[in-house]
This record gives sequence, C-alpha cells and structure tokens, in this order.
Amino acid sequence: MIAGIELPESGSIEVDGHEMNGVAANERPINMMFQSYAVFPHMNVFKNIAYGLIKQKTPKNLVKEKVSEMIKLVQLDNLDNRMPNQLSGGQLQRVALGRALIKEPKLLLLDEPLAALDKKLREQTQFELINLKNKLDTTFIVVTHDQEEAMTLSSRIALMDKGQFVQIGVPSEIYETPINKFAADFFGSMNFFAAEVISHNKQTNEICAKLKSSNILITGQTKNHFNSGDKVTVGVRPEKLRISTSGSVSEKKTILEGQIEDLAYYGNRNLYRIKTNDNGVVQVSSQNVKRSESIHLKWKNKVFISWENSSNVFLKT
Amino acid sequence: MIKIHNQALPKFRFDKFWRPVVIGLPYFWLLLFFFIPFLYVFQISFSTPILAQPPYSQILNLSGDFSNWLQATLDNYLFLLEDNLYWVSYLKSVKVAFISTLICLLIGYPLAYGIARAPRQKRHILLMLVILPFWSSFLLRVYAWMGILSKNGLINSTLVGLGLIDKPLAILYTDVAVYLGIVYTYIPFMILPLYASIEKLDSALSDAASDLGANRWQRFFDITLPLTKPGIIAGSLLVFIPAIGEYVIPTLLGGIDSLMIGRTLYDEFFLNRDWPLASAVATILLLIIVLPIMWFQRNQQRTN
Repeated sequence: MIAGIELPESGSIEVDGHEMNGVAANERPINMMFQSYAVFPHMNVFKNIAYGLIKQKTPKNLVKEKVSEMIKLVQLDNLDNRMPNQLSGGQLQRVALGRALIKEPKLLLLDEPLAALDKKLREQTQFELINLKNKLDTTFIVVTHDQEEAMTLSSRIALMDKGQFVQIGVPSEIYETPINKFAADFFGSMNFFAAEVISHNKQTNEICAKLKSSNILITGQTKNHFNSGDKVTVGVRPEKLRISTSGSVSEKKTILEGQIEDLAYYGNRNLYRIKTNDNGVVQVSSQNVKRSESIHLKWKNKVFISWENSSNVFLKT
Repeated sequence: MIKIHNQALPKFRFDKFWRPVVIGLPYFWLLLFFFIPFLYVFQISFSTPILAQPPYSQILNLSGDFSNWLQATLDNYLFLLEDNLYWVSYLKSVKVAFISTLICLLIGYPLAYGIARAPRQKRHILLMLVILPFWSSFLLRVYAWMGILSKNGLINSTLVGLGLIDKPLAILYTDVAVYLGIVYTYIPFMILPLYASIEKLDSALSDAASDLGANRWQRFFDITLPLTKPGIIAGSLLVFIPAIGEYVIPTLLGGIDSLMIGRTLYDEFFLNRDWPLASAVATILLLIIVLPIMWFQRNQQRTN
C-alpha cells in the first residue's frame, strides 16, 4: 500500500506531508526492495541499477555518473557487466538495494531483505544496511519475521497484531518494557507468572504482587495502572535469571526452587528448562562466561533461580 | 571409525544400460522414418523421369559400364530455377506462413497472457478450451469452415439476412479463407508455449519495474516481452513450419490460383507423375524449413 501496488480501503498515506492516495506506484517518491530481489535477469548489473533513472529520462552522462557512484556504495565494483545469473545471493541483494536507492527515494521499503542469505552473511549485511541508512537521508521500512533482525536494523519498531498497532517504540523500549503479553512474547522469550496485585503506589509506580502458585511476594516498577486485587502477569526474560545450586535470600531478589528438566547447549549459552517446586516451568538462559560452566549442572539437579526485582515486568492480563 | 560399505553398491548399474536406450530410441526412430526416407527422396531428385514403375531412372548404374556408374543430373534443380511457377509457390508459401504466424502471435499473446494471469483454478479450464478443437478431426473442422464461409454459408446468410450486404461476399476460395483456416488450426501451437513462458515469469519483476517508474507499456516492452522471447520463438516456429508446407487448407479453402508449395508438390507427384522434379521441390522446401530451426537452435544456445 505504501508503494502503491495495492490501494487502501480507507484512510490515507502521507509521505513528507504529501497525500499519496491518488499517486500511482510509478510516480511515488518511494522505492521498494523485493523479497525475491526481482533483479531483471536479462539485464546486467549496470542496466539493472540504471533502470529507474532511465525511466526518469535522466541524461545519459548523469546516469553513468550516478550508477557508478551507487555501484561503489553497494560494493559491486567491477561487476557492472555481470548478468544476474553470474552473481551470488549477497551480490544480487546489493544489486536490488542499489536499484531501489538510485532514485534517492524519501522512503525505502524492504520486504524481508535478508531472508535469502545465510546466517553469517545476514549478520554482516545487517551492519552494511545500517551504515548505508546512516549515510543516506532515506527512511527504511523493513518488513521482517526475524525478531532479532527487527531489533538490530531499526531505530523504531511498530509491532502489529491482527491489523492493529500494539506498541511503537525504540527496540530497547519494546524489549524491556513491553506493553502486553503479545509484545513481551514476540521479541525474544519471556517467563510468565500469574499473580495478584497487593498494592500499587501510583506516585512511585512501585508495585507489589503475590505469585498465585507459591504465594511468594514480588515487587517492581510499572507504568501500567493496577488496583489491589487485580490479576497481573509478571514477566521475566530468561537471560535475567541466575541459576545456582545454593540460594541466598535478599530483599532485592526473587528466588524460586526447582529441578532441571531440560538443558540445551548452544555454545555461547545454555538454556535450561526448570520445573519449579510449584509445578511451573521456567526458562533460564545463562551465558557461558567460563569454559566449565555447563559441566556442573545436570538433569534432575536441584537448583535455585533468582532474579533482580527490577527485571520484573507487570502486564495486564 | 566410520566404515564405508563399498560392496553395498550394486555391481550392475541399470542406468548404464537404460540411459543410451532411452536417448537412442527417438534418434533411431528419426533415422528410420525421417532421415532414410529423406535420403531416398534426395537421390530421386537427381534422377530423370521415365515411364515405368517406379517412374524415375536409377542414378546408380552398377550393371554395365563402370565409367558412367553415376547417372545423376541437376536438371530438376535447374528447372526449378527456370520456371517461375515454383518460385512463386515458394514465396507465396513463405508469405502465407509468415503472415499467419504474425496473426497467431498477435492474437495468441494476449490470450496466453490472460490465461497465465487468470486465477489458478480457472487456468486449466481455459487451457483445455484452447486444446479442445484437437478432439475433433482436423479435416472435419476445415469442412466446417467451408460451410461457414461459402456463398450461402453462415456468415453470408446472416449478413444478407440482416440487410447489411446485398449479395454474398466471396470469402471461400480466397486468400482470406486460407489465412483464417491456418490461423484457426495452428493457434493452439502458439498459445501453449507462450503460456508456458508467461506463466513462469515472476510477477515481482513487473512490480519492480513499476516501482522504478515504468508505466504499463514500458513494463511490457522492457520486462515481459524480452523475458518471454523463448516462448515467442518456439510458438512462431511451431506455427510457421507446418503452415509453410500446408496442403489441405489451401486446397480446400483457397482459390485455384492460391498455389502454395504443398499444392505444387502434390501436383508434381500425383498429377504430372514427375517424381524427380517433385523430390527436388521437397528438398528445397526442407532447406527453407531447416534454416529457421537452425537459427532458433543457435539463438537458444546463446541465451543459455
């Protein structure tokens, strides 16, 4: 719809203050990079990138100058005459990017730009995209199903569920203070506990709640409004949890006891699924800081899970 | 330790045996029923007609004097050059085939495009409709056209009945009828390869061109047309080649003067019983047909 390939049923789209509803796709200051790249297979790299300029009836020498510049920018030097079937996936991706950027659009839409690349190349290209975005005065709108990619690429995320915006904000805001269960669960994973609000101080935002299953009291900060007696879902990210074989009680921490049910070794971290004494399952992700980290915890080990009160996120149910 | 079990592989590989058979069979077929008969016709084209059975002289004389064992003559080819009739028929055939191919392309391309862009479940029905005429006899369909086009046929009686014309139009036994017949008969051969290449085309390419500022026509000429070129060439050859040697349609629908090479060929063989000359006509016809195929092959290789 933003690109003008489909038309909105209601509402309007504005770019830089200009109404876009009546403007045809080929006349909008918007370009798009397609998921399949859609690089024209019968044109070489130069012609592909130049296509937009040629359709604009740009003078020939200017086309040559701009395209050469763009080829340098997207690092396709000396590949001008290659045909698309002679290029690798990463190079094709850069041709598509260069082609979409050549008309200096105000807005660039990227539909799953990195989906077709392997993991290493994807990570590298993410940084290239960010650098490119910072060099150009163009807004990038990226469609992705990869949550990690969404967070690394963006300066602002709009999270949608069933056609409605759930939360709009910078990545760290959405990750650390999700507005509801959907937002919390969408980016990364999160442990949820059902609880009941005991008290909520609306001046200091301090909240105290009691876990339903174990009657443990937990405290924290929230900007959501609760009354005492309200049901609340408490969320904690797996990487905020600490796992240990001995528990030490502290005011600032919440502690649960349990037994290791599953553990997965990822190399850089371990993922534990721990069955707590109240029959809940909690996920803990722990970074392998030391080489021997994974060795001393095994299946069926009794462990303590602890986390800082500040890690608690209070969500409406 | 990982052990690789070599002995697990079968000693006798079936594909070693079957592969040449599968590839060889069609070639053997072509050799037996195309190449050898052609050589036969080719050698007849160097002989002279005689009143006998078969009606041509043997070009190899192995019985008598060894000095003149080869009794071949180029007379037939020279005669082809001298007599206008043959050149006129060749040119006429090429012209009719070329124009018919062009009309088939102009009608077939939008049709194929429409089918390829139709909803998936409708495509099969539409394609089926394209092939449907093949389910009835070709000859029968040509006769049906005679009925439609004749002086008191469907078209004329309708037009006269509506008062649009005073006397029936002469359509049957004209070139118009020949074109109609050829286009009608061969258009499926144009549509099918066109459909195949248009259907394969990624619609994102067109969207991308549109996104970069191309309008409808530019999109067609920059993207769709060049990328469906293989389909256009394949379809054109499939129409052009049979159309050039077409005998039935010009004979039944065309006028007496609409001499296409198929008709000339028939006349030489069966009316004049001049087999050597007819063989020469056939040989030249083959050359005219083979040349565009070779051009097509080279074109295909270049794109690959």
